[in-house]
Amino acid sequence: MTLTPTETDDSPRGGEPRINDFAVKFANVNGTGSASANNLILRAIFRMGVPVSGKNLFPSNIQGLPTWYEIRVNGRGHTSRSQHYDLMVAMNGQTYAEDIGQIAAGGFVLYDSTWPLPATLLRADVNFLGVPLARLCGDAFSGPRERILMKNVAYAGAVSYLIGIDPQVLADLLEESYSANTALRDSNQKALRLGYDYAEANLPATLPFRLRSDVGTKDKILIDGNTATALGCLYAGATVAAWYPITPATSVAENFRKLCEHYRRRKVTLADGSVETRNDFVILQAEDELAALGMVLGASWAGARSFTSTSGPGISLMNELLGLAYYTEIPAVVINVQRTGPSTGMPTRVQQADLLECAYASHGDTKHILLLPADPKECFEFAVQAFDLAERFQTPVMVLSDLDIGMNDWVVDKLSWDDAYRPDRGRVLSDVEIEEAGHFYRYGDEDAEFVTPRTLPGLTEHGAYFTRGSGHDRYGLYTEEAAAYADVVERLAKKVTASANHLPKPVIHSRAGAIAGVITMGSCEGAVIEALELLEQDGVALDYMRVRGFPFDSEVKAFLAAHERCLVVEQNRDGQLRSLLILEADGDARRLTSVLSYGGLPMSAEQVADGIRSQIQE
Amino acid sequence: MPSINKPLIPLAALPTNEIGLTVRDYEGSMSTLCAGCGHDSVTAAIVRTLFELSIPPHKVVKLSGIGCSSKTTAYFDSAAHGFNSAHGRMAPIATGANAANRDVLYIGISGDGDSLSIGAGHMVHAIRRNVHMVYVIENNGVYGLTKGQFSASADIGSAAKHGEANTVAPVDPVMLALSLGASFVARSFSGDKEQLVPILKAAAQHRGLALIDVISPCVQFNNHYGSTKSYRYVREHELREIDPDFISTGHEIVADLPRDGAMMVAMHDGGLVRFRTLPADYDPTDREAAMHYVNRAHARGEIPTGLLFVDESVPDVHELNHTSETPLVELPFDDLCPGSAELEALQQSFV
Repeated sequence: MTLTPTETDDSPRGGEPRINDFAVKFANVNGTGSASANNLILRAIFRMGVPVSGKNLFPSNIQGLPTWYEIRVNGRGHTSRSQHYDLMVAMNGQTYAEDIGQIAAGGFVLYDSTWPLPATLLRADVNFLGVPLARLCGDAFSGPRERILMKNVAYAGAVSYLIGIDPQVLADLLEESYSANTALRDSNQKALRLGYDYAEANLPATLPFRLRSDVGTKDKILIDGNTATALGCLYAGATVAAWYPITPATSVAENFRKLCEHYRRRKVTLADGSVETRNDFVILQAEDELAALGMVLGASWAGARSFTSTSGPGISLMNELLGLAYYTEIPAVVINVQRTGPSTGMPTRVQQADLLECAYASHGDTKHILLLPADPKECFEFAVQAFDLAERFQTPVMVLSDLDIGMNDWVVDKLSWDDAYRPDRGRVLSDVEIEEAGHFYRYGDEDAEFVTPRTLPGLTEHGAYFTRGSGHDRYGLYTEEAAAYADVVERLAKKVTASANHLPKPVIHSRAGAIAGVITMGSCEGAVIEALELLEQDGVALDYMRVRGFPFDSEVKAFLAAHERCLVVEQNRDGQLRSLLILEADGDARRLTSVLSYGGLPMSAEQVADGIRSQIQE
Repeated sequence: MPSINKPLIPLAALPTNEIGLTVRDYEGSMSTLCAGCGHDSVTAAIVRTLFELSIPPHKVVKLSGIGCSSKTTAYFDSAAHGFNSAHGRMAPIATGANAANRDVLYIGISGDGDSLSIGAGHMVHAIRRNVHMVYVIENNGVYGLTKGQFSASADIGSAAKHGEANTVAPVDPVMLALSLGASFVARSFSGDKEQLVPILKAAAQHRGLALIDVISPCVQFNNHYGSTKSYRYVREHELREIDPDFISTGHEIVADLPRDGAMMVAMHDGGLVRFRTLPADYDPTDREAAMHYVNRAHARGEIPTGLLFVDESVPDVHELNHTSETPLVELPFDDLCPGSAELEALQQSFV
């Protein structure tokens, strides 16, 4: 059943379609194989040179619950989430009403017309495009599983026709994806053709929005943050990883394993002439997150570059050993792919609500170095930097990514690597250096940045010391003396403060005549930058700063001092970044206002612009 | 004893081991435990073990959690790095350190609170992984540093210092380890250095995790009449039938060698364990037999000690992982980083 498209202002039928500027939402049932079809469309658009993003809005479920995928196409590179859907691919009968209700006026719904849509769902201002997917696949394929799976590929074919994806690009992608399984490749090609041909024969030739090949993805890649993070850990030379499975961080460790199995395996010939594979890595799936961090501390203490990846609930467990690492000055890299808290919260939804917990994790006076990447490219770069900082400052470094960055595909500049890079292992003494110094004091002899030397167990004959989480003095000896205790903890405070100069600088964009500053972090960036452009079109100029590290450096403080008013955009209920700026960057509470989104879905530019508007109009 | 100050100049020349060191070279700082604490005897046995095995003092790493037992890592081998970590967390920290550097002897010292309560989960998984280490539980049935609460190893009916009897079933580390598939399980008594030293030596040469449960009475809070972890009770109820002797050969060992009718087991890292005495039909390489023997002894109210079970055929964590023979900490960065050309090539799959 194909209804006649309704003419609306937004639907310039016969006029020029909107090029490379639209959003498609896919409503699916979890566990039916839709993810690969949706990803196929995403990659095809990327290959056509058009900036694109894919956001997976999925439930904490393996099979049966509703799941959505959003693709936003934007030739100018604005790829934060759009809530203005031009095309809804409605493949889930359970959510028809909700999905059809979300379509913009003049938009389109693609549905499986094997069965008619209930009349109550029809909207006069929306165009319904029917493709009898179940019937087409039922006729073309045998086997119930294949019939279900191939419906996804068939709708991908129909969508490709409707939005103007080059069929050759799709065919190439399938060829690459299924080169090892020709039967599967052939089924996919056939299903794709089914959908494409049906649409070509039965659906309108032009929609009011369309793709056109461009060069907007030249020298760019399509990558998720967790893969990029794992790659950063590999390139930094991490040899020991310990982790406990948790959404949305699991794929960091899993990708690290895949990368290690490819790049860190050697064939060795044994004494008896036989050849065996040797791994230059150890990956430990721990019994819990507490143990995972314990393993990282053991490995780092012994001198290996080591990391763990987790999410909020894991950070809660790790608090104990983060305090131990801080106080005993052991390097550790912790990747926190944030999800919605508190407690179990919404495991498959995004939030930036671990900021304060991470900044001050553990009992007692502590403060930790944080890195705040905004996209997968920064995940790669900051992962490498985290190891340098952790070893330079002998303290835990947490990289706060989030579910949106970690699990969704982003278009970013190609990753680059400087072969001249050498890891900063920090102050690690050899036997010769200990001999020259004439002594070794584990927590004495600090350098200009309050870092003291360490030795590695088993690697030097001299310089053994006793690491203890109990009170210790500058020699590493047990103490309950007030002055000796204070001597160490005061140096620790100065050391972490000194690290600020080594962290990534904030990203600042200034506009002439700015009436206020907007401060944000992490994955908010895309939505905020686009929102500031929207506001500028309305005549509201705003300066922009994205903080990328904690403790805050002088540039962050200067931005705050230079603005009479700042709006802090973040994804948590309590305005945690705002609080941290007040506590740690001389921020004035009366001059800082929050713009918040914390429902668990990535922000859109409209949301941010509306939030800012309502604040500055007050 | 490490808790007694030694004269700076020895009255008689001390004997040296194969690498020219004396027993003093394996001692640590002065013990701050109570006079008569069983833990100090364990420390002395460890010092003796390291000396007699001629292990370079810096090729040892000492790890512990929190509690009286965990303090003892400070009291031996001061030339070795020590890590007195957090309560119950010794096992994961040892696992990580061992992952990074497989070329060191790891000695973990824990207690019944540390390993059977707060860190029980970690101990279980360290055993499963067969982390290459000596894992000593100094087991006294009480929390000493917090003044005498029952621990998870207190027997039902065992009385606290002020008289109340424990009513909760104990966790027995020996039975737990045997059921988990542990590859080396021993129990000893801190008052019995003659038995403990050979067990420690065998443990140091073991292929994976060697669990040694040492009943180590707490003289302050659990050494009274009515306690089942007092010196007197253990002496009266010890069943000491499985008595190992450790013979260091320095030569490659080919197979299990029965000699003089006694059973011999070859340890993976060198050395032989010769069982001086064994009950009739007892095979310390048979897990089921060991579990049966221990259970029966417990039912009779006896505390079986000795090297109860050993299996040198179980691969350790690195063997299972096929880790490089060179410790990971010694691998050069150039071998670890794939470099820019590989990154460029890899990114072809991201378009």
